[in-house]
Amino acid sequence: MSTTTIANRDVHVNDEGFMTEYDEWSEDLAPHLAAAIGIDELTDDHWKAIRFLRDDFVDQQETATLRRVTKVGGIPTKQLFVLFPKKPAKKMAYVAGLPKPRGCV
Amino acid sequence: MTITDHPSKAAALVPDFGDEETDRKMCFICSKGTLDMAYPALIMANGALTEGVETHIFFTFWGLDMITKKTMHDLKFTILGNPATHMPQGLGGIPGMTAMATKMMKKQIAELDVPEVPEFLEMLSDMGAHLWACRMSVDMMDLDEDELMDRVEDVINVSEFIELSNDAQIVFV
Repeated sequence: MSTTTIANRDVHVNDEGFMTEYDEWSEDLAPHLAAAIGIDELTDDHWKAIRFLRDDFVDQQETATLRRVTKVGGIPTKQLFVLFPKKPAKKMAYVAGLPKPRGCV
Repeated sequence: MTITDHPSKAAALVPDFGDEETDRKMCFICSKGTLDMAYPALIMANGALTEGVETHIFFTFWGLDMITKKTMHDLKFTILGNPATHMPQGLGGIPGMTAMATKMMKKQIAELDVPEVPEFLEMLSDMGAHLWACRMSVDMMDLDEDELMDRVEDVINVSEFIELSNDAQIVFV
């Protein structure tokens, strides 16, 4: 585990750059994480997904899969692919400061 | 991904989502109509789509059962001819055994929060998968196109499939 600097804050990350400490993330960090992966603006719809992931992680102790974000979080799958292009599951997790989802589906 | 245009963050470690690699393409061929053989391609297709890979699924022969409205909700699993169940094969012939095995498998799949086949196909289609039905199989089973689920884009022949799978990685199930 190493550290990196996002928005002048030192945070713990894994080898790939995903944050590893739940409590080191805060909402003001999200726009910087998003910008780093090419998402220039976080809309209300982005926030709905990010907040769902954060809350769900507390309950489940693992990152929600796309299906869960759709089924439990109520955000249509198609929309997730628009908000977080191409790889929504990983990108959402990154912006929310969570590990990549572990589940296959 | 580099973010050298932001000098203050130049040292940040950011995951490489490989967004520039846009040319990967996968085609799955579903040729089986049993419950247990429906899932492998769907799960792999889901993974491919999640990774941003262009994904096509071609349903041929018994695989057509997966996208036929009449049968797609009622795929079955049998222990007959499947020694990997580690059950005496004679049991498989007892009336009701296939229904019971099917019920058990559906329960196991549901416990993993994996959807049933029709819902799974809708989800994959929402994720951008292209679903194709095999012309010869449709003709052989005497099906009309409106007997196939709405998400199927078209009924295509083998030449068309070979053409669209040009430069794709093909997985036959």
